[in-house]
Formats: sequence, C-alpha cells, structure tokens
Amino acid sequence: MTTHTNLPDVNTLIEQLAQQLKQHIQNQNLNNIALVGIHSGGVWVAERLHSLLEQEEALGTLDISFYRDDYTRVGLNPSVKPSSLPFATEGRHIVLVDDVIMSGRTIRAAMNELFDYGRPDSVTLVTLLSLPGRELPIQPDITGQTLTLAPGERVKLTGPDNLSLELQTAQ
Amino acid sequence: MKLTICGGRLIDPAQNIDELIDIHLADGRVLALGQAPAGFNPERTIHAEGLVVAPGFIDIGAHLREPGPSYKGNLRSETKSALAGGYTTICCRPDTSPCIDSSAVVQQIMDKVEALSQAKVMPIGAMTKDLKGSHLSNMAGLQHTGCVAVSNMRQPVESSLVLRRCLEYASTFDLQVVFYPEDHWLKADGCANEGELASRLGLGGIPASAEAIGLSRVLHLIETTGVKAHFGMLSTARAVEMIANAQQRGLPVTADVDMAHLIYTEAEIDGYNSQFFVEPPLRSEEDRAALRQGVRDGVLSVISSAHLPHEEAAKMAPFAAAEPGMATLETTLSQGLSLVAEDLLSLNQLVERLTSGPAKALGLPMGSLSVGQAADLCLFDPEAEWVVNDESLHTAGENTPLMQQEVKGQVQFAIVDGQVAFERNSR
Amino acid sequence: MKSMTDIPRPATSPRSAAALSADPRNVQLTEDGKLRHFLTIGGLPKEVLEEILDTADSFVNMGEKSVKKVPLLRGKTVVNLFFENSTRTRSTFELAAQRLSADVLSLDINTSATTKGETLMDTLQNLEAMGSDMFIVRHADSGAQHFIASQVTPNVAIINAGDGRHAHPTQAMLDMYTIRKHKGDFSKLKVAIVGDILHSRVARSQVQALNTLGAEEVRLIGPKTLLPDTLAGLGAKLYTRMEDGLKDVDVVIMLRLQKERMDGALLPSEGEFYRLYGLTEEKLNYARPDAIVMHPGPINRGVEIESAVADGPQSLILNQVSYGIAIRMAVMSMSVSGQTQQKVQNQENAASQGNDGETSA
Repeated sequence: MTTHTNLPDVNTLIEQLAQQLKQHIQNQNLNNIALVGIHSGGVWVAERLHSLLEQEEALGTLDISFYRDDYTRVGLNPSVKPSSLPFATEGRHIVLVDDVIMSGRTIRAAMNELFDYGRPDSVTLVTLLSLPGRELPIQPDITGQTLTLAPGERVKLTGPDNLSLELQTAQ
Repeated sequence: MKLTICGGRLIDPAQNIDELIDIHLADGRVLALGQAPAGFNPERTIHAEGLVVAPGFIDIGAHLREPGPSYKGNLRSETKSALAGGYTTICCRPDTSPCIDSSAVVQQIMDKVEALSQAKVMPIGAMTKDLKGSHLSNMAGLQHTGCVAVSNMRQPVESSLVLRRCLEYASTFDLQVVFYPEDHWLKADGCANEGELASRLGLGGIPASAEAIGLSRVLHLIETTGVKAHFGMLSTARAVEMIANAQQRGLPVTADVDMAHLIYTEAEIDGYNSQFFVEPPLRSEEDRAALRQGVRDGVLSVISSAHLPHEEAAKMAPFAAAEPGMATLETTLSQGLSLVAEDLLSLNQLVERLTSGPAKALGLPMGSLSVGQAADLCLFDPEAEWVVNDESLHTAGENTPLMQQEVKGQVQFAIVDGQVAFERNSR
Repeated sequence: MKSMTDIPRPATSPRSAAALSADPRNVQLTEDGKLRHFLTIGGLPKEVLEEILDTADSFVNMGEKSVKKVPLLRGKTVVNLFFENSTRTRSTFELAAQRLSADVLSLDINTSATTKGETLMDTLQNLEAMGSDMFIVRHADSGAQHFIASQVTPNVAIINAGDGRHAHPTQAMLDMYTIRKHKGDFSKLKVAIVGDILHSRVARSQVQALNTLGAEEVRLIGPKTLLPDTLAGLGAKLYTRMEDGLKDVDVVIMLRLQKERMDGALLPSEGEFYRLYGLTEEKLNYARPDAIVMHPGPINRGVEIESAVADGPQSLILNQVSYGIAIRMAVMSMSVSGQTQQKVQNQENAASQGNDGETSA
C-alpha cells in the first residue's frame, strides 16, 4: 500500500502492467486477445498497452454513459463519445482496460455493454490503479498499484499525451 | 317586520346619499331615513357600525341553472349565493335547459323562487323559440308571466330581417331587449381574444370586430324599430366607443360590462388556465382600460356578474374543451372594492353600477332606498377579509379563479322586502 | 382542489431556470432547470435546447454500432397516446422508445370515443395507475398536454407529439438538429418557413426554437389568409412573395398544405398556391446557392414542392427522418431523468419539512 503523498509514475506502471499481462496471457492460454479501453482514461492506458504488446488488431473503445446505473440521478452526460468495437466480441478473449477501479460500477456497465455486442469467451480486467471502496464484487485480474487516499481526495489521470496522475482535493 | 339599521354608512347613489344615517323599515318598505318616526318600535335593530348600507344589488344576466342539470347549480343554491353576494334581485338569463321561451317555464321558475323566499328573480325570456333565432317566442305571454325583458343571449339571429321583426314585435309591448352582440361567423370556433397571445397558444381567436359588427347591426335596427335596448357583457374598446356615440346621438341605449372584464385581461390564459375561459373572451389591456373608463364615465352604467356556475369537472379539460364561465355572484363585490382601492372607481360609482344603474337600464322601480321603496338592502363590510373556498361559498359552482385566495369585502346581511333573508353566521 | 393562481405572477424580465420552473405556466422544468416534460419550445432556455441537440448527437452516432439499443429506459413503460391519427410520428416514437429498451404500449384513441365515454382525465389516470412512466401524446386541442402535465399526471413524463395548432416541439428540434448539423452556427443563418403558417403547430415551434437558438433572421412566407399579422409577435418577418422572402436565405422549410384549406375560403386552389408558393428549382434560386431544403413531411409533390427539389441535392428531407429518432430518444431519456430527479427532490423536501415538525404539502 502506498500513502497518498506518493503518486506513482504512470509510464513505469504501464510497463509493469504490460509485463504482467503478457505473463497472464501465457499462463491462461488466452489466444488472440482483443484489447478494449474504457473512455477516457482507460483508452489512454489501453493505447499504451496496445503498442507495448505489439497488437495488430485495432483497439476497441467503450463509452459506458448509456449503461450507467445512476443516470436518472446524475442526469445524462450529453458529451458521449461513441463506442467503437472494430471486431466481434463473440467467442473472443477480451482484455478490458480502465485507469481506476473503485466502486466497480463502471466495470459492470462496461461488461453489460460488451455482452450486448456478443458473448466473449473470457474477460480479463486490467486497471492502472485500484482504490478501496468496492460496492460490487468485482476485482481486477491485474492492477498496477493499490492506493489509499485521504478523505476528500481524488486521483485523476491526465492525458492523452504525457500521462500522469494528479491528486485533487475536494474544496 | 319593523326593522331599524343604525350606525351604518348609507350609500344610495340614486338619492345622492353617502353618510352615516339610520334607516327604518316597516311592512316591507323603507319607512324613514335618519331619526325614527315617533312611536316606532323596531322588532329588531341591526347595529351596522363599520358596514356600508346600500340598496340590494341587481344583476342582469346571471345564470341560475334551473331548469337544467342540478350538479351545476339550481335556484336554491344560486339565489342563496346571490344574497351572499349582496344581490337581492337577479334578472336571470334565458338559456336554461329548456330555455325560458314559454310561460310554463317562467311560471315554474317564479313558483320555485316564491317558495324559496331568497333573492327576487325577474327572468329575461328568450327572444326566439328555443333561442334558435328563426321564430318569435310568445313575448307577450313571457312578459305577462313575469319576464322583464327578452334576449337571444349569445345565440345568433342570422337573418337581419328576422332580427328586425323580433325587435318590432318586442316594442309592441314596450318589452326591452337585452343584446349580447357578436357576429357568430367571425367568432367561428374561437375561444380567446384574437391576437398574438392566442396565436402563440394555438387557440382560435375571436376578433374584436366580431363584437363591433354585431353591435353595429343591432344599433341600426334599434334606430329603425325604436325598441328599448340594453347591451350586456361588452368586452372591447370599440364597443364602448360605439355605445357612447349612440348615446350622444340620443339613442336610449344602456350597456354593461361584467366584473371579470374590468379586472382581468387575456394575459390570464397564458398557460391555458381554463378558469379564465369565458364568453366573451378576456381581451387586451387597451380594451380593459376603455371598459374601465366607460364605467367611470357612465357610458357603461351597469356592472354585471356574468355568473355561470359549473362543477369542477367542467374546467378539468384542455382549454377550448372546457366549458366557459365563472361563478361570480359572491366575489363581484370584493373584486369591485379592489378597483376602488386602486382608485379606478369610487365607492359611490361602484354601488351605483350595481344598484340604480341596472334598475334604470331595465326600467325597474328599485335600486334605491327612498321612502316608500321596497326594502331591498345589502349590508357589507368593506374591510372584512375572507378566503374563497367550498365552506365560504354558497354557490354550487366551483369555477372561480379566486379559489383558495383571500379577498376583501363581504356581505353581512341581505334584506328582501324588509325581511332579513341572509345573515352571515359569524356575526 | 389545487389552485393554479395562488402562485404570484413572475416578472417579465429574463428569468433564471429556477424561476421558470416555479412559474405555473412552465411546468416543463424541475427546480434545477432540468427537463421533466417536453411540451413546447416556449419557456425553455437556450441551454436546455442545446442539451437536447447534444444528447441527440450521441444517439445519432449510436446508429453506427451493430447494437442499436441502450438500456436507459429498461423497465420503464412508455405509452403512445395518439388522439389524432399519425402512423409516421407514432412509429418513430415507438422505435425511439424501443431503442432505449423501454416497454412500449401504443393506444390509438379515436376522439369521438373519448367524448362518448371516458374523459381525458380518466383515461390518463387509469393508465398512470397501470404503472406508466411516460405518455407520448398527440391531441387535437391546443394546450391538452399542458393540461395533462399540470393537472392530471404531473409525475408521468409527458412528451408532446403535437397539440392542436400550438406546438410540435420534437419536430422543431429535429429540424434544428438538421440545421445545426448541416449549416452550423445559427447566428449566421436566415431561415424561411413557407406555407400554411396559420394552422401549423410545427411552424410555431420552429420559430420559437430558431429565436431561442439565436438565428439571424426568421421569415414566414404565405398568402395573408394563411399568414395573419398576429404571428409577427412570435419573432419573425412576414412576407407574401417568395421572391422577397427567399432572398439570400440559408434554409428553406416547406410546410404541408392540407386539402381542407380550399373549403374555408383560405385558398382558391392547389394550382394557384403552387404557382405562387410552390418550391420549384426556379424559386429555389432566390435563396443562396448552398441553401438547404427541408420539409416536416409527408410531402405533397406538385402542391408545395417540385419533385426535382424534393429529390434534389439541396434536400435534407430524408435526413430529417433519421434524426427524428435520435431527437426523440434524447427528449425521452432527459425527461425520465428529470422526473426521477424531481421525485428525489420532492422526497427530500418532504423529509426536511417533516423534520421541522410541519405537515408536508
């Protein structure tokens, strides 16, 4: 566990993720994986992984706004970017990538959306960071670092160039 | 019954009286003003400190709903409502169900009214059979049974020739005709004042010219036939102008405007509030200003109530699909007092338009408290504040835009032929 | 009985979203200025209209996915109540609701059946009792949807699919979407609307939307019988000649002419109307060369528009149809969201009043 003052270096973390992922793919015998990133932070991380793993097939991207379970309370976010999956998910081994996992609801929404496209053979979850606060029984298969934040603190990945982590305190 | 009313402010415009003076009643008539006659021992004394004592109000054109669907009202509820509003005489409109086009219907009404002993009713009979505008009604018979005038209400008489015959026939008996002028073709299926607001709301508009054209046609025929005429519920500036003109030329015509048209404009219907769906429609600010000026000038010598009670469901529909009309007998006074408070009218003028004005317009020997007159009075507290709701209202009608609102001015007593016919419980 | 008049009348100065929602004349917005009924363009601030257009953008893009459904209205019941016949509009609303994963019920109610039996109020309250979350209503009476939203079922999202001569706001918004997508910035655009403006609820909504979104100029063109002066107050310039009205415009919107107009002494014949106001290639030349041509449909070829123009390169008539589904998905999801937010707000208000020891309203 790392204290809140020490935010890790993103590039190092991603290289670490790439290594762990290659190992995982080998161990689990995952043939011909498809990389899918969740907008926006997850896509940036997935793009890095995509080049580090030398993937040939195009990267898939998901916008989960329409699958959120809380839209009636927080309202619809009008600036939705379209999801783009340039491959069929049916029968594939998907590697789902996001920047941060906290409650787990984003991942649930992403999986719902993936399954609407077709039934994958497996889904492997990769996240850059893991924060405590699960509200659902969803855990990353591979995560760069587990962080604990002080109350009122949030961490944000900035990009798309020069990815870095930023700490934000609520006023 | 010998009755003394002391300590009240007596306002009787017909006699030019506005002062604190006592009034004494006996045998159903006004006995004396001021000091009681020697040996006069009243059976009851009403202490009217803080109250205005005025002749009972007279209304031209209220709808009393009987004969007709009782869930909208009946003679019992509406003549009670009249008294609670200060009205001791109602000249009710003829478009009941069936309409007042036969002596039998008139008799039915008069018998019921007599049995109820509430407000007096002098019906306005139908000018044509079934108000259809094509055949004369038995006007002499209607007059004989008790009608004080005839009218075709808002129903059209399409043929000018037929209209002329109606007026000629009525004038045979010196019978007055009450007109509600409107060209029904221009009215079409309109329900609001033609203008920008109606256009924006997508509601059919009734142009001001519909009233002017209807009025113009009738004025010419009045000149030709010499019939006694009164125009009811005018709504446009142009109509006021035309009436003033006619009066100046010496034509003996009178006219009224209903209280709602002095208070409200078409702005009230923005948002489709069907409580403000009335006939004729509420119009522009210019029209309202001209109507107010007409009342001040006396061109409009009468303020009417346009009372048309409905059950709640009648208004619970999209605007044009709702039924037009407001229940107003019990709120006309407080609305009028609000005009007085805004200096748009004096208290004297208000009382005059509700009493001697209508009496003179219809040639009735009432509307004044001179000695020997029938003792019809209303006593009201101009400062009393009350909330308009189901408990305080006596009308069966639920269609008032003032529901749940606090208003100022309330009738405490209504006296008909020297008897206390209505007394507000709280006193 | 609830009174609509004991709320003080608001001032006529420009109003904030919060003030707008307190105004009984604007029942469309929550306390926070979010859409909870979509009844008319009038009274909606620019931000709300732009939110509708932006939300529709996301749904248009969705069409490219192989999965055409999103679960936004899953578990919600949407009822189509058409008191006036319309297969086209009703089917686009049905499709929009289905794409949002809602359960859809369509009722074609003949107006005469209603007048014989159930009142409008009873029909709707019965449907509400069955668990409806949204009513999409088309009705012949102007203000019917206002009546429903303010007095009958305020907790069911009401979407106006056309009321009398008053408004057709979803049509206007899809027209605005079309204009924004193909022409961009409203403030640089001159827009002309041609035809039977008098009877057109579409035109009224379009004029309001164009003005709220800041169009440079809005023009209405037609003969005086179909273009009364009272419409100038809506925010448009009136023209009786195509040559003058179409000069240099960027957008031409043609309205459908109904055959009944000949009977009311409003027009002598379709032929004369076409000669004077029909959009032919020749008349289109009065407009700018890159002007776009639109029509809410269904079109009457040879009456208001020439086939060559309707099918020509400047016509966006078919695009309008496809955008219509996205716009309807947008207003439907926004208003369900607004209704839910309002319910949460009401519960919070009731709770805080209860805490103060007062009985809640």
